[in-house]
Amino acid sequence: MENLEQLVQDGLAAVESADSLQALDQIRVEYLGKKGVITQQAKTLGKLSADERPAAGQKINEAKGQVEEAINARRIDLERAAIEQKLASESIDVTLPGRGQDLGGLHPVTRTLQRIEHFFARAGYTVEQGPEIEDDYHNFEALNIPGHHPARAMHDTFYFNPGTLLRTHTSPVQIRTMEAGKPPFRMICPGRVYRCDSDMTHTPMFHQVEGLLVEKNVSFADLKSTVEEFLRVFFERDLQVRFRPSYFPFTEPSAEVDIEWGREADGSIKWLEVMGCGMVHPKVFEYCGIDAEEYRGFAFGLGVERLAMLRYGVNDLRMFFENDLRFLRQFR
Amino acid sequence: MKFSEQWLREWVNPQIGTQELMDQITMAGLEVDGFEPVAGQFSGVIVGEVQSVGPHPDADKLRVCQVSDGTSEVQVVCGAPNVREGMKVPFAVVGATLPGDFKIKKAKLRGQPSEGMLCSESELGLSDNHDGLMELPADAPVGQDVADYLKLNDVTIDVDLTPNRADCLSIKGIAREVGVLNSMLVNSPAIEPVESVHSEVPDIRVEAPAGCPRYLGRILRNVNLQAESPLWMQEKLRRSGIRSIDAAVDVTNYVMLELGQPMHAFDRDEIQGGIVVRMARIGEKLVLLDGQEVELTQGTLVIADHEKPIAIAGVMGGEHSGVSPKTRDLVLESAYFDPITLAGKARHYGLHTDASHRFERGVDYKLARDAMERATSLLMDIVGGEPGEIVEVASDEDIPEDRVVDLRARRLNDVLGMEIDRTTVEEILTRLGLRVEKLLKDGWRVSVPSFRPDISIEEDLIEEVGRIYGYNNLPVTEPTGSLGLRPEEEAVRPVSAIRNFFVDHGYQEAVTYSFVDPKVQQLVDPDRQGIALANPISSDLSVMRTSLWSGLLKTVAYNQNRQQPRIRLFETGLRFLQEGERIDQQPMLAGVVVGNQYPENWANGRRTADFFDVKGELESLFRLLGIEVQFIGSKHPALHPGQTAELMRDGEHVGWLGTLHPQVQKNLELNGTILMFELFLNSIVSGYVPNFKEISKFPEVRRDLAIIIGSDVAFADVERVAKKHAGERLTALRAFDVYEGESLGEGNRSLALSLFWQHSERTLNEDEVHTLFNGVIDALKEELGATLRS
Repeated sequence: MENLEQLVQDGLAAVESADSLQALDQIRVEYLGKKGVITQQAKTLGKLSADERPAAGQKINEAKGQVEEAINARRIDLERAAIEQKLASESIDVTLPGRGQDLGGLHPVTRTLQRIEHFFARAGYTVEQGPEIEDDYHNFEALNIPGHHPARAMHDTFYFNPGTLLRTHTSPVQIRTMEAGKPPFRMICPGRVYRCDSDMTHTPMFHQVEGLLVEKNVSFADLKSTVEEFLRVFFERDLQVRFRPSYFPFTEPSAEVDIEWGREADGSIKWLEVMGCGMVHPKVFEYCGIDAEEYRGFAFGLGVERLAMLRYGVNDLRMFFENDLRFLRQFR
Repeated sequence: MKFSEQWLREWVNPQIGTQELMDQITMAGLEVDGFEPVAGQFSGVIVGEVQSVGPHPDADKLRVCQVSDGTSEVQVVCGAPNVREGMKVPFAVVGATLPGDFKIKKAKLRGQPSEGMLCSESELGLSDNHDGLMELPADAPVGQDVADYLKLNDVTIDVDLTPNRADCLSIKGIAREVGVLNSMLVNSPAIEPVESVHSEVPDIRVEAPAGCPRYLGRILRNVNLQAESPLWMQEKLRRSGIRSIDAAVDVTNYVMLELGQPMHAFDRDEIQGGIVVRMARIGEKLVLLDGQEVELTQGTLVIADHEKPIAIAGVMGGEHSGVSPKTRDLVLESAYFDPITLAGKARHYGLHTDASHRFERGVDYKLARDAMERATSLLMDIVGGEPGEIVEVASDEDIPEDRVVDLRARRLNDVLGMEIDRTTVEEILTRLGLRVEKLLKDGWRVSVPSFRPDISIEEDLIEEVGRIYGYNNLPVTEPTGSLGLRPEEEAVRPVSAIRNFFVDHGYQEAVTYSFVDPKVQQLVDPDRQGIALANPISSDLSVMRTSLWSGLLKTVAYNQNRQQPRIRLFETGLRFLQEGERIDQQPMLAGVVVGNQYPENWANGRRTADFFDVKGELESLFRLLGIEVQFIGSKHPALHPGQTAELMRDGEHVGWLGTLHPQVQKNLELNGTILMFELFLNSIVSGYVPNFKEISKFPEVRRDLAIIIGSDVAFADVERVAKKHAGERLTALRAFDVYEGESLGEGNRSLALSLFWQHSERTLNEDEVHTLFNGVIDALKEELGATLRS
């Protein structure tokens, strides 16, 4: 049995020096397998007396257990080492850029329009569309701008023939909407408009949003709150807004809207004109078959590029239509 | 309209500064566009008197003058051609500072000492006139500070008036507004009828009373037009943006600025017979005061004599009948011309005059006589002369009617959103010159003065009250009406979803002009004619787009020229086609792709985008929209004949996808393979609302096959035949390999397909799948000439 002691010592030494799971398994077979050297010790039990056998058997089992325990411990070590090695070999450079498509972007005019539309949609306004090639009636006449009106000179209209033109504002859509439906109305009309003018501060095409609210009981005071709230939400600032009397043939009273935009050299508020608005002119209601005694309305109009320029600090209107990718990519 | 602040303050002088005054009128609706000092910044310039003028010993063009400053005499060397003895001039003494921080020091000019400088108007920043010294009136007190003497502590204020406010195109009108705003009375010059001293009157015939409801004429005999307008008048004109010409023109301009009535002065000797106000006859010509000859067109109201037109009424006089220094007798005109008759006429002749600006907007139809009297008396003070009677020809039925408008207090409150007390309303109306004729049960009956042609309905009065009360003093309330929520169709996807789809797929949105270059459009869409603008801004923006491709391809060129090789753009917008009488304006969605499919990096490589990249994206879009679209091999003049698909949905054409034709690409000077698509937005936005189907618990069976088939047989046909024979349990069919190679023989390709079957209620058995699979193979062999690849 001294031999057994030796075998255990040899086995433990072998386990200790095993450097792979494979080698470890071989050691297991060699010592503990069916024909393993420790297992084989059981055969010597036959030569022993019945009294001696249990103790000897127990010794052999103990020896097996000892080696087995060592093998298991070693296996765990080796497995852990193997995983660690695998993980080490699988390391990647996580700072390399990812694979796949880049992100594009919305045009800044669209981005601005979406913010405007979103604001008014929450206030219950619908979004209406209308033709861009318009007739004289909807672009001028029904908006109380008859043929001889000096306001026509302010419009620099593109014509196809005397009765057909590119709309100079989105206001004709309020006419079309009122013609097609019955009050009350809450609508905005975003879209392209055209003026025959091109220089540093004018492009022959630009975008406007026209808004219209027609209800039984609406006043200039309601118009003021709508416009003020919109501008504060749009610029995300509690800015000062002022209403300056002005003139549009299709509203009466009419106002231009100025917002506070920095300070003058003397510390006074610098005002910037951003919108036009007013109460719907009774003549316009008449053209649309709406009783101006029963309903009142307000309308407002704003230039989208102008708001986009202020919001994003764009300093040249013309860039909106050059579609330079280096410009467009700044708005995604 | 430009005017001098000082002049305004002669009429009404509130105790507020210039800035406050300008803010006040801006907030009343007369927007101040800007202001400018009436002179440059200078000091130490006094009224000097030239005592003597002698030659300079060493310079022909210089003079050596002795100038008095009131207490002593100093020597000044002067180069002005108009310097003369006895003249009074602005004299910048030693120590003075002229505009531009120019300091006057003792100097020697060509050896002669000079102590100070005699000044021209331009040297004082009064005008750009530097022809000679500025001559001051003979009674100018020598030694007085010139800035004080000329009252140069003044600014020119420029108001940008809206077209309805014709009444403010005069000092009188602006003074009225300032008076209302400050609750002050307004001074005005007393206008008295000038007594005639002879009985000669102009012969006036008005043949077009609708265009000229009122015409006044008066003869002023024996005037001296050598006499210059007084400095105060020249200065007021100058500070209101009008140059002094001669006394007759200056006075008519002065009265126009002061009262708002444009006038004209004719040389009586140049009028043959008498004055006829009539419409121009076709072919008539007239040389205008500015020297330009115009051919008069129909509808133009003219002032004529018995032979020929002598002025375009309310626009500009003729050169021939204009006054000159030799003019002896004047015929003065003061008239009311109808705004509608004059509308657009000046512009038609390429003109815009102070007169036409006012007449088109509407001059006070009762002002002509006052203006005539005012002008006569001003003129007589300058040029003397003998006035005759005024002849007035008026057509009562053509003169605008006096208007009476009722204003209801309730309506005023409803529109403005607040109650304004009655006395405030009445005071505002009255100060504006609107007379309250009668108090009504609920409001006022208001008569509108002739100088406010813009006021004719109740809302006009409401605006006046609101404007003067101050828009910013009105309350702010939320609209209270409720509209209820509107239905929204779930099956219709908003365009914003489509835009976001393209943004997510790496496309940048573009917004290009709706009018394009006809040459580019001809290349992109040769079969259709774009609608041409009558007055385009330039030839390359002169026809309406029939396709969004023209603008997008131009954008590609723009960016390729700026080192942007990878371009992915989309745009939405209308395209325009003439369809008989009707104009078809269709919303489109279009895109272009050129360059690498993915941004170039270590992982993406640099594969160029091809047809199937874009097709795949469109297929994803259609899945997003819930629609089925077929891609059918077709031809389009702008696209590569072998790489063009027409897109069809339920048999309806919905758009195109293809590669730009290499020839078109070359003509447009573009680089790379350019993929393009264009779809009718309205045809693709409405899909379906999902409808749940039970998920099968039973396994799916897959069978693969590879066939060799003619390259001219479309995959769509293979798919169609296969589906027809695969039975109703077929759940999917995919092509997983396409191969063309010599080994297959010329004109052949190999297609590898996988088919999937599944039953919703049981497991499919081997036999039935086998039968269906063989059925598909047989059909492909028989119907499309396919062979199985071994």
